[in-house]
Amino acid sequence: MTTVFDKPKSLTDAVFHYCPGCTHGIVHRLVAETIDELGIEGKTIGIAPVGCSVLAYNYFACDMIEASHGRAPAVATGVKRAMPDNIVFTYQGDGDLASIGLCETVSTAARGENVTVIFINNAIYGMTGGQMAPTSLLGQVTQTSPYGRDPKTQGYPIKICELLATLDAPAYLARVTVNNVKNVRNAKKAIKKAFQNQIEGKGFSLVEVVSSCPTNWGMTPQKALEWIDEKMLPQYPLGVYRDKGEE
Amino acid sequence: MAKLTFKEELCKGCGLCVNACPKGILALSKTKLNQKGHSPVELTQPEECIGCASCAIMCPDCVIKVER
Repeated sequence: MTTVFDKPKSLTDAVFHYCPGCTHGIVHRLVAETIDELGIEGKTIGIAPVGCSVLAYNYFACDMIEASHGRAPAVATGVKRAMPDNIVFTYQGDGDLASIGLCETVSTAARGENVTVIFINNAIYGMTGGQMAPTSLLGQVTQTSPYGRDPKTQGYPIKICELLATLDAPAYLARVTVNNVKNVRNAKKAIKKAFQNQIEGKGFSLVEVVSSCPTNWGMTPQKALEWIDEKMLPQYPLGVYRDKGEE
Repeated sequence: MAKLTFKEELCKGCGLCVNACPKGILALSKTKLNQKGHSPVELTQPEECIGCASCAIMCPDCVIKVER
């Protein structure tokens, strides 16, 4: 008998603290599988964000640094410039990357730093209890938009891939999701490509993963995955927004 | 013949694997609880499993090992 699926070596034995059905676990595994497959565990440095995935440093078996809120791309820039032979990635949620860290994200992308960014977009602040995020959908009910997000007072959702695609420097920008087996496989390909780009020195790569938050959306895990199809994907269409390797 | 191994203590009973199984042979246990108080997933008809690993791919907690 051959093993066709097991926990990747680049994940530690620590038990994920995430809520039942949270897709963070799937994306952690995809990143770890990629690190395993590319054989870069010994020289990979991850930057953990603030948010639900703040404890990511407990789960990845590579070296990890905890950045202050939103500053992961800035820390990644410093690490990569100091140690250009190492592989540097950040793992950030939408509150971290698209809100307090928007400046660092855009600036790092504009400079075309040769780092990989994994961006989890679940349209809500998870760790702090379900407040509105910059990526929350119009009409979405959260703790801080109890009548639904109203564009007159709370503005419109920020589409990070489209925003960064207006810049010249990024090498790879893709939006994927993990709400079914096929989409998980596609997400894996995109994440692997984002790491491969860094190894080949192509520059800034970002993969936006449209994810779920069953707890704060107030749904069962399965219903939350269906909600991604129904509500999230019309607002955040999947696809590759930049691929310099293909141009 | 495929073989699934479950790390039951890691299971949070979210049921994503149950919905992903194309054969519909996974279910949350009605008789067991793990130490965290979740009903872990179990295989109801082991002989029907085709080892496609869809359950393991959707599992957020790396509970399932698949051998074929």
